[in-house]
Amino acid sequence: MADATIVALPSNETQANLHTTRKAPEITLTAAPARPRVGLFATCLVDLFRPSVGFAAAKLLDEAGCEVLVPPQTCCGQPAFNSGDRVTARDLALQVMDAFSGCDYIVAPSGSCTGQMVKHFPELFDEPKLAMRARAFAAKTFELVSFLTDVLKVTSVEATYEGRVTYHDSCSGLRELGIQSQPRALLATVKGLELVEMNESDVCCGFGGTFAAKYGEISDTIVTKKTANVSESGAPLLLAGDLGCLMNMAGKITRQGKEIDVRHVAEVLAGMCDEPPIGARKETRR
Amino acid sequence: MTLHPTTPDFKDNAHRALHDPELQKALGHVQHGFIYKRQSAVERLPEFKTLRESARDLKDHVLKNLDLYLETYERNVAAAGGQVHFARTSAEACETIVNICKSHGAKSVTKGKSMVSEEIGLNAAIEAAGMQAVETDLGEYIIQLRGETPSHIIAPAVHLTKEQVEGDFRRVHTHLDGARDLSEPVQLLTEARGVLRERFLAADVGITGANFLIAETGTSIIVTNEGNGDLTQSLPKVHIVIASIEKVVPTLEDVSLLLRVLARSATGQDMSVYTTLSTGPRRETDPDGPEHYHVVLVDNGRSAMLGTEFEDMLRCIRCGACMNHCPVYHAIGGHAYGWVYPGPMGAVLTPSLIGVEKGGHLPNASTFCGRCESVCPVKIPLPKLMRHWREREFERHLTPAVQRFGLKIWAFFAKNPGLYSFASRAAMSALAWLGRDKGRFASLPLAKGWTDYRDLPAPQGDTFQAQWRKRQKEARR
Ligand code: SF4
Repeated sequence: MADATIVALPSNETQANLHTTRKAPEITLTAAPARPRVGLFATCLVDLFRPSVGFAAAKLLDEAGCEVLVPPQTCCGQPAFNSGDRVTARDLALQVMDAFSGCDYIVAPSGSCTGQMVKHFPELFDEPKLAMRARAFAAKTFELVSFLTDVLKVTSVEATYEGRVTYHDSCSGLRELGIQSQPRALLATVKGLELVEMNESDVCCGFGGTFAAKYGEISDTIVTKKTANVSESGAPLLLAGDLGCLMNMAGKITRQGKEIDVRHVAEVLAGMCDEPPIGARKETRR
Repeated sequence: MTLHPTTPDFKDNAHRALHDPELQKALGHVQHGFIYKRQSAVERLPEFKTLRESARDLKDHVLKNLDLYLETYERNVAAAGGQVHFARTSAEACETIVNICKSHGAKSVTKGKSMVSEEIGLNAAIEAAGMQAVETDLGEYIIQLRGETPSHIIAPAVHLTKEQVEGDFRRVHTHLDGARDLSEPVQLLTEARGVLRERFLAADVGITGANFLIAETGTSIIVTNEGNGDLTQSLPKVHIVIASIEKVVPTLEDVSLLLRVLARSATGQDMSVYTTLSTGPRRETDPDGPEHYHVVLVDNGRSAMLGTEFEDMLRCIRCGACMNHCPVYHAIGGHAYGWVYPGPMGAVLTPSLIGVEKGGHLPNASTFCGRCESVCPVKIPLPKLMRHWREREFERHLTPAVQRFGLKIWAFFAKNPGLYSFASRAAMSALAWLGRDKGRFASLPLAKGWTDYRDLPAPQGDTFQAQWRKRQKEARR
């Protein structure tokens, strides 16, 4: 598991391209920064449970030529939004937009939190000014892997991982943001890594935020099907781009006593697999 | 007369379903067959994406002008010699239909598949009035034998295995040879056909649902794969169509658009086997057909959805794709939802029709994976609408107290980054220390809903933000 360096770097040319992609923010059209200031929204789960994913994301961004900032942050407000508490969701959306106001881009290692910021922040505000602000914010916000590939035009990483892996498509990233080919494209450039597809990689893992606790028994049935598909793939390492789903699947895999490691895709792309896998004890690293 | 909902007991229903081995076996078929067939049908039709958009726009247009199209429809039914009855509630609809049956001295009534008749509890009303109601759709016939309700809107008996059906047929069809072979599905079908044939001939009234009503011509349309609908509506002397008000579309042309997306989304067929149009009673020159033609249009709470955030739900053309693709439906089947409409469409529609006090579990029991919305032929944003129900519950303080309390505490910290940083560092360091040996927790007092079924991975230690700032400081030194 060697170190990683990103190969494609934003030359002046890629910088120009960067602003012709669909989601590139209009507000930076006039001033293309040579070294974009990227606010890393770590997400509360990464902040609390798995800081190594935050560092892997920072490393990938840094090596792709970004200046990485981590403004003080808490949560994007999705738990409130999905629980029907719009007032709290709005307050938190405003807090996030304020905290990241000095950034050219906002990037999160999660399709779900990015979905909240990109798709749902704009729905939260009826007031024209705030709605415009939310839309502008959404336009410069990206999920980590798709930011690397779609915006920075990164085509390969220089990481090494010896072995087979399988990849789960987390729902929000897949269906709200269209993230499917991007992680696969970068994983294909990791030396020694072989991607084996599991059946139904695009079917929900049963996490669903508070759903997993509120309807634990149903969630359990869904995640049990998922881990069966993971096992069947034969890959000893499961990857995904969302820590919520990963903790759910890892929690089931360890409960079932399966010999499968679970990691965030950024850890492998950044060549940072020295922390134990999710839910594993220190010595069990494989 | 509305079917009594068990939706408030959703969790118990789901628990039972999860431990029902026959049901789990039957559900295995839903998960793969329907999905695969739809997928290949969609791939064969490059313009499917565009058709979905047109279908959505068409239904939206109808909903904006619903009164106009309903009036036009009524006028044209009358012009063709039929009669339209408007029913505001289930009770009114049942009463109207029972009265029509009585006025013709009916004893036996045959029925084609109709979800709205389930919604209003029509069979019970007909039987309470001393008449016999006979379901003629194979799936409906089977569940009628079992005293059950449909578990899927297009495949009512999808929760049953072939062996269960065989058992029911042997139990009920005692006039047939006990040693007959019923091991193949086609043998079951043939037997049902034989039994039903006599019922068709004996029926005084035939009741069908409608997939669409055409305003321009006063026509009602049903699509089926068995042809039972044709016999139901053409053999008896009275034909009653029962439909909910949002089924109306302006023209025959519009129907052909919706038909192109309906069967593909539902069963993966390009077209259903039978598409049957009926306009008024039999004309002089017609070789057969009913002497009397009635249409009962049911509102039952739908007009109250117009102009609200739930209006989008009225676009639904009842294809069933949302439930065919739903991981929750796959796990628990349709009966656990506790009322007529299961799956994602039921999770939105049921609270609208029976009230969110009773139907509140349904919009909550979703992971918001979004697969339903991604396949819905009329692009109903189902997760968004479920979220709107959660908002209404939250506003009205119907959200469970524990959840509200948890949300409040969490929001308090999330809105105070300073406090959050302090508290989260302390909590995560403590948890990391507690979980240091195993790297996970097999049980945690406040996380039982989680740890009953799976481990909770332990945090790595200090928070990301704290570690990041420490490193930044060190780097500056
Ligand atoms: S909501 Fe959409 S997918 Fe579900 S039954 Fe209705 S039309 Fe079909």
